[in-house]
Amino acid sequence: MFAPARRKTDPLPAWARHLVWLAPLALTVLAGCAGRNDLYVLLPGKNGKTGALTVESEGQKRTLDSPYAAARVKKVGSVDGFTTSAAGVKQDFGPALAAQPKRPVSFFLYFLSDTDEFAPESKVLVGQIFAEIARRPAPEIVIIGHTDRVGSMQYNDALSRRRAERCRDELLKLGIPKVRISIAGRGWREPEVPTTQDVPEPRNRRVEISVR
Amino acid sequence: MKSRFIALMLPTMVLAFGVAVAAAEDAGQIKVSKGSAQIERSGKKLPANVGQVVQQGDVVITGSDGSVGITFRDNSLVSIGPDSVLAIDRFVFDSTTHQGAFDSSLKQGTLAVVSGKLAKQSPEAMKVKTPAAILGVRGTEFLVRTGPAKD
Repeated sequence: MFAPARRKTDPLPAWARHLVWLAPLALTVLAGCAGRNDLYVLLPGKNGKTGALTVESEGQKRTLDSPYAAARVKKVGSVDGFTTSAAGVKQDFGPALAAQPKRPVSFFLYFLSDTDEFAPESKVLVGQIFAEIARRPAPEIVIIGHTDRVGSMQYNDALSRRRAERCRDELLKLGIPKVRISIAGRGWREPEVPTTQDVPEPRNRRVEISVR
Repeated sequence: MKSRFIALMLPTMVLAFGVAVAAAEDAGQIKVSKGSAQIERSGKKLPANVGQVVQQGDVVITGSDGSVGITFRDNSLVSIGPDSVLAIDRFVFDSTTHQGAFDSSLKQGTLAVVSGKLAKQSPEAMKVKTPAAILGVRGTEFLVRTGPAKD
């Protein structure tokens, strides 16, 4: 019926004691409500294709899908769309854009059917690959084998890897340090010319040497 | 008592083991580094020099004059400007199937991304978080700035 009298020894009233654990919680909530200076921008793709970016803030969602489409988040849960420009982007993101690594470049070597022997015209590419490696800081070489669709998937996965290994051995002989080289076998997953099963296709029997 | 001890220890052990396994494979390499820049890895600070390897779990931090550009194993190109903090939360990439996941968090600052093979293979594979939003990436180039409003 009556609230129990507070003892003299009790230093704080009950509500004040709750402050101890409420305070950090309140701070977190305040931080969430505090204004933001967030900006999200979709750039035109270098290959002419512009992808899409979804921006979601506490259930509020906006899809950016045209060049320089942008979204501002001034507080959590509100996503405002607008369009920026090349100049606007340079002003807001200059140093980050200037620090972008060079784009990887790929060279293709072709193989005789069902073998890991180079087609003769492939040998001239090696000079160009070396020049590309010399132009880059901390260069890495990724050798990726590809096949056509003759045979099983497992067979072609192994064959694509064998082709990549063969290429690596050649590059090692030419003096490229082993730690810079990694290899992968993509089998028939990434054809230059898509075909149906069991169709021999010389343009798909290739090794990609990606320099990055 | 014993079972409670195991119940407490198990997540810790899984976590420790998971981190050790993840550290075995590199996620990317620094190609550009300007001004002051560091990598935080399991409590230690490393200089973010060109050629330095970046791993899952790393946090890349730049000072007021710093910027860093990283090429990831799937060919994603990621760079940050000055006063930025970027955490590489998860990076998994299968070079045969191109399947995996790339999650990162920009805690503050500016970020430029050219997405790579992971985002091309599956639209769900690449995610970028900020304190205010989550981004979904469909094979694309984009920019992010995050931070509290200026007075």
